[in-house]
Amino acid sequence: MPNLTKRYPIKARDYLKAGEVSIQIQGLLKIIGFAPDFIRRVSLCAYEAEMNVVMHGGDGELTLEVDTDRVDLDVRDAGPGIEDIGLALQEGYSTASEEAREMGFGAGMGLPNIQKNSDSLDIISEKGKGTEVKIGFIA
Amino acid sequence: MKVIEIVKLLRLSAATGEEGLDREAETGYCGDLLSDVMANSKKGALWLTIQSHQNIVAVAVLRELAAVILVNGRMPDEETKIKAQGEGVPILLSPLPAYELAGKLYEIGIGRA
Ligand SMILES: Nc1ncnc2c1ncn2[C@@H]1O[C@H](COP(=O)(O)OP(=O)(O)OP(=O)(O)O)[C@@H](O)[C@H]1O
Ligand SMILES: [Mg+2]
Repeated sequence: MPNLTKRYPIKARDYLKAGEVSIQIQGLLKIIGFAPDFIRRVSLCAYEAEMNVVMHGGDGELTLEVDTDRVDLDVRDAGPGIEDIGLALQEGYSTASEEAREMGFGAGMGLPNIQKNSDSLDIISEKGKGTEVKIGFIA
Repeated sequence: MKVIEIVKLLRLSAATGEEGLDREAETGYCGDLLSDVMANSKKGALWLTIQSHQNIVAVAVLRELAAVILVNGRMPDEETKIKAQGEGVPILLSPLPAYELAGKLYEIGIGRA
């Protein structure tokens, strides 16, 4: 199977479209024929990363890279960045707005969920300089 | 058990018509925090929630849930219905609180190993 790279734009605060990128990725991985449990892991992480851009980030882009034995997600946004990455990774830590919390976001579980369901996670971010979240999966 | 049988047994109504009612429901999960449902719901689960906005559809699709049941008489937004129909996810409605509905589901055997 040849390598495949696809880019998907994500718009900040667009709750109406939020999740659509992850659903497209799930569909694509099914067509390619990855194992169901593997697809569930990737879909979950894609969703949490996509939602974080919508909720906390700025306009951004998710890059999907598919190889025979692995999938990589690179999610970048030009938002406010993360001041303390260690804190952001703690379960329960969230800066979500009251409005987002009422919608059921802001449990502070997104990044911990990504950590549990991926094989590698790298967060590169600086306050005021945007965020890049790199997530790797071994099939 | 098929979702359609559960709809009949527990007198639920389907906000999304016939869409997806022939799916198999294996178990259930109650939760109103989306990331908690992402983390802890199982494939084929019925999801009991008070959240009625369009983002519940993505959660149901990505976790391969059998159906979403809005409890406490909540109604889905118009966008939620359109999205759910597009993705083939049934949105069911119940006037009962999650605790009571979960009890009834358990009684009819859903989620009892
Ligand atoms: N792309 C991003 N840009 C800026 N800040 C971010 C970004 N992603 C995460 N964060 C910060 O990290 C915190 C923790 O993120 P995490 O996904 O774990 O929880 P949450 O998004 O707040 O809630 P949940 O994911 O449970 O709905 C966020 O509240 C936010 O402060
Ligand atoms: Mg999050």
